[in-house]
Amino acid sequence: MTTLNDFRDALHGQGLLADEGWLAGAIAAVAADSAALPRLFPAAGRRCGRQDLPQLPGWSVDEAARAMLLAAVPAGQLAVALDITYHDGDAAEKLAVLKTLPWLPIGDAALPLVWDALRTNDTRLVAAALGPYATHLDDAAWRQAVLKCVFMGVPLSNVYGLTERADGELAAMLDSFARERRAAGRPVPADALTLLDQSRGAAKEA
Amino acid sequence: MRIFDPHIHMTSRTTDDYQRMAAAGVQAVVEPSFWLGQPRSNPGSFTDYFDSLIGWEPFRASQYGIRHHCTISLNPKEANDPRCRPVLDLLPRYLNKDGVVAVGEIGYDSMTPEEDEAFAAQLALAIEHDLPALVHTPHRDKERGTERSLAVVAESNLDPSRVLLDHLNELTVEPAQKAGVWLGFSIYPDTKMSPDRMVAILRKHGLERMLVNSAADWGRSDPLLTQRTAEAMLAGGFTDDDVDRVMWRNPVEFYSLSGRLDLSDAGAVEATFAGNSILRGGS
Repeated sequence: MTTLNDFRDALHGQGLLADEGWLAGAIAAVAADSAALPRLFPAAGRRCGRQDLPQLPGWSVDEAARAMLLAAVPAGQLAVALDITYHDGDAAEKLAVLKTLPWLPIGDAALPLVWDALRTNDTRLVAAALGPYATHLDDAAWRQAVLKCVFMGVPLSNVYGLTERADGELAAMLDSFARERRAAGRPVPADALTLLDQSRGAAKEA
Repeated sequence: MRIFDPHIHMTSRTTDDYQRMAAAGVQAVVEPSFWLGQPRSNPGSFTDYFDSLIGWEPFRASQYGIRHHCTISLNPKEANDPRCRPVLDLLPRYLNKDGVVAVGEIGYDSMTPEEDEAFAAQLALAIEHDLPALVHTPHRDKERGTERSLAVVAESNLDPSRVLLDHLNELTVEPAQKAGVWLGFSIYPDTKMSPDRMVAILRKHGLERMLVNSAADWGRSDPLLTQRTAEAMLAGGFTDDDVDRVMWRNPVEFYSLSGRLDLSDAGAVEATFAGNSILRGGS
């Protein structure tokens, strides 16, 4: 799995971690006191740029910069800082928080942020909530989230560990969804059908 | 034809409007925070509204390839309500956001001392956050309201070239032009301005610093009156380049003063996630 060092290397590759640069200063300020975060975290996009990071597929410069800022927060301040940063954030800031969760020493304390994202109708936030950190979600919440992706048109390739976790209960939910769609004469997304077949197989083995 | 609507309250409009606007050539909008029709009773009600202007609303717009930015403020009408005054203390948090391209809409409603105070305080916030300001002129007593708004701007340290004075008409265009502010005109089905009157103003006063908006909201209004005005300009002898200047380049130039206007994905057909289309028709 990608490590925080990979984030650092990718940002270095863009020339963004120079000692006297904005990001290095911001990281140092946050490491000293997370009270600097509300001022610095929103500015990362306009200070560092928003282009994709070729060395880090799926991440843009602003997201990686925000990941580094969160990683710099002193451990004792992390839970509160994440809560404030997420809830006060615009969509791009919330997205960066959700994507960074798997790399932070936070245990399951950030689950309320994931629940919040899964209640939204913003497909980017729903997809980001189903990254590696979603292993902390209980099975019932996770199954609902997967089905929500199918409803919203979020490709299931965005769901971390999908085939490993899909179970008989999810298969039953997908089967019901597929029958409802067919009865209405509407198409069933191909990735949902593939998953249905796989989960039925998994249910048989279990 | 590409259209930038520099003043429209999309929160009050349906998703069908986004679809019609995109088909008409609208590729970018700015949504000023405003009065919602129903008075709000506490600052928390404002934070939920501001959050939607930097969260849900830009997402909704992006589904139709429309780039959405906003302006944030305590509006003049609710500046008179003591329950809403603490909103002024919440503004710095929002004025630090990427999607916020001005402080606004501020200015006068009934020209009370409370409005005076909120207006001046928010012009100071614009300076502090290096943002331009969107100033609305009042519906009632408009001529004197315009004059007084320009006087307040002159007393502030905000350069007039960083101010957009909105809802102007035949009687208020000249003082605004003389003051050196940007000039906004709202085209409405019955009130404010009409497409033909707008064309006459452009013919008489030129195209410099002129912006045209629909100001569409929860009242009788029409988000496509920008397009109707562009058509009226062409019918009235203006060129395609003139239309592009008023409907696109002028608003881009004004809101670019924020340093935050990002039109890199304007006109892109739908939102994507990690390079994949994330919208296959919804449920």
